[in-house]
Amino acid sequence: MPRESTPQAIGRSTLLEQAGGLSWLLVLLPLVLLAGLLTIIVWWGPTGAVRGDNYPPVERLTFQRVTLEPDGIVATVFNDGPDQVTIAQVQVDDAYWTFTADDGQVLRHLGRTRLRIPYPWVKGEAHTVKLLTSTGVAFQHVIPVAVETPRPSARFLGVFTLIGLYVGVIPVLIGLLWYPFLTRLSSRAMDFLLALTVGLLAFLFVDGSHDGIVSAGKLPESFQGAVLFVFAAVGAYLLLETVGSWLKARRRSQSLAADRSTDGVGWVLALLVAVGIGLHNFGEGLAIGSAFALGEAALGTLLIVGFTLHNTTEGLAIIAPLAKERRRVPITDLIRLGLIGGAPTIAGAWLGGFIYSPVWSVLFLALGVGAIAQVIVQIVRQMAGSESVAVTMSRGSVLAGLVAGFVVMYVTGMLVG
Amino acid sequence: MAWGLSRRSWLQLTGLGSLAGSVLAGSRLTGQSTDHRAHVPANRHSHLLGTVGRVSPDAFNPTSFLRSWNFADRPDEQRPAFYRETPRPDGTMLREYQLHSVDRDIEIAPGLFFPAWTFNGQVPGPTIRATEGDRVKITFRNLGTHPHTLHFHGWHEPGMDGSLPEHQVQPGESFVYEFDADPFGLHLYHCHAVPLKRHIHKGLYGTFIVDPRGGRPAADELVMVMNAFDTNFDADNEVYAVNTVANAYMHDPIRVTVGRLVRIYLVNITEFDLVNSLHLHGMFFDVFRTGTSLTPSEKTDTVMLCQGERTIIETTFRYPGDFMFHAHQSEFAELGWMGLFRAVEERRAT
Repeated sequence: MPRESTPQAIGRSTLLEQAGGLSWLLVLLPLVLLAGLLTIIVWWGPTGAVRGDNYPPVERLTFQRVTLEPDGIVATVFNDGPDQVTIAQVQVDDAYWTFTADDGQVLRHLGRTRLRIPYPWVKGEAHTVKLLTSTGVAFQHVIPVAVETPRPSARFLGVFTLIGLYVGVIPVLIGLLWYPFLTRLSSRAMDFLLALTVGLLAFLFVDGSHDGIVSAGKLPESFQGAVLFVFAAVGAYLLLETVGSWLKARRRSQSLAADRSTDGVGWVLALLVAVGIGLHNFGEGLAIGSAFALGEAALGTLLIVGFTLHNTTEGLAIIAPLAKERRRVPITDLIRLGLIGGAPTIAGAWLGGFIYSPVWSVLFLALGVGAIAQVIVQIVRQMAGSESVAVTMSRGSVLAGLVAGFVVMYVTGMLVG
Repeated sequence: MAWGLSRRSWLQLTGLGSLAGSVLAGSRLTGQSTDHRAHVPANRHSHLLGTVGRVSPDAFNPTSFLRSWNFADRPDEQRPAFYRETPRPDGTMLREYQLHSVDRDIEIAPGLFFPAWTFNGQVPGPTIRATEGDRVKITFRNLGTHPHTLHFHGWHEPGMDGSLPEHQVQPGESFVYEFDADPFGLHLYHCHAVPLKRHIHKGLYGTFIVDPRGGRPAADELVMVMNAFDTNFDADNEVYAVNTVANAYMHDPIRVTVGRLVRIYLVNITEFDLVNSLHLHGMFFDVFRTGTSLTPSEKTDTVMLCQGERTIIETTFRYPGDFMFHAHQSEFAELGWMGLFRAVEERRAT
């Protein structure tokens, strides 16, 4: 077979070589024609004919970030419409107000400027910033609760770290403490537990998808939020799938060499779950930090309590695959897994608090969703082993676990809703 | 855990400060705790209210509009094309006007353009002024894109009312309105084509003054039309002003003379808001409702007018200096309806 196919391949390549310059021409010709067409459209513009003479320009402005500072309100405004937009005047709470524009009042397509409005905002109250363009179109942004926006400082870094610790790291680590208990469970109870984990993750999958799609909807249209979200999620899924199988192969060869009884797949799975949850928690930290920074949050104690409870179950999800192998795991490894799952909350809170932009939010929520989907698939595969997935999932203990996992998340989720 | 972050859910919860703050040994989380010394807080600034920039006076000059009627602001050689007066045997005048409607973008605040429908290219339209008993004859040409009419307040025959469907003057057509100036007072004219709200708030209105036969006491006379503009057509005004340009008289105060009688012809043609008002700082004034009596009906410092209502105000500035005037609806004032009088001592005769 190889012998037969080789001469054909050679024949084809010789043909290409012979074509030489011609094949290059075949590649370039459509591109040259396309460039010509674009030039014609731009210079001699049939767009004018398409649009008609007296159609008003399409104006679209998006508020990207609004911060409150001691000397007023600072708004970053983005033109995601097709036409140029000129910001003529600024109103705050139905009053024309002085302002300066860092990058001018005229915004080209995808242009951006920062408006500084020395308005005496009132702490704890609501304000509305309204921009009027030269054609009188109004774009407004509501600040629901005015709180001074934190600037990167040791104090706020500390506060966000603290929030991250409360919400991410500590609960996940506490969840890990169940490990010794889990290793003593029967295999039926173990199935229940893994199913519970799948239930928890399924909840996070749905929840993360919802938040991601909602955030995507808030992005300027030219960012195509939904596409960004799906692409990032699928990308994360495929990347983790690749990394997972590579890790598994490595583990297998290592344990073969060491002649151990287990193949170490449980450890890889636990690691993947930790990474997935870590990405999810990064997105969560981002949301908390930005909410806090944008003044949407007089962040509540009850909220923190809710997240703490909620995320403790994430610790459980990380160790369940390990426990199935009933292996002794060094405490340092457990802590490492806990940090992978929890610490990104801190980083997320920093990023969200100081340089928040909705694009980050969509991107990281998507990564979390993709990672979680991959982890769900992995765990289900591990549970099924040699039997079919459908048979495994219809077992009573597994069904009970799935439902229990979802219910636990749902109920603790109510605390932060 | 749906991240709704609704305002209510956040507010219902007690502050994080109680949790984190205790850990941070008394340091406070709220914005107020940050160092303010490097900044001048916004609540210490002054004169930040108002529009930014200036409106070019080339197309429409609010200051010359104040004291112009019967096209007095046009150059002498142009004026006869718009206005002619011919004495009649009985001592009254025949006053002939040329008005036309035309679509035009007008600058109502710096950099903010409104796609107006105008009389003779300006909003408010030219002020028409006659004496009781004069014959007013207006040739109206519609150069706009929609049917328009002229509807004058005052005595006239029904055919001259410009309000019924058959009265509409189609684009490219014209009509001659003719009636006697009666009664004396401060009146109004506006387009009465439908939809009425749109035809009025797009700018088709003006002032119609009818003087009593014997005239009124000599005074420095000013025409002030309280108007507003809904720039995004949501039935809510974005710009309020007197004589169209937001804050025009803040930047360019109205000059008056101490000790000299000032008479203001005040017209309210604001659309969408039920009432408008004028409040003058540092003094009181006499009010002549609709200007139909020579005896003032009240002495006040704030006068309220319904949509379409007019009043004549008379006062004398007692002190030199700047006196603010604005709508006492604070919202209107902050959206552009605010200005200044600058009273100066009379120059001594040389």
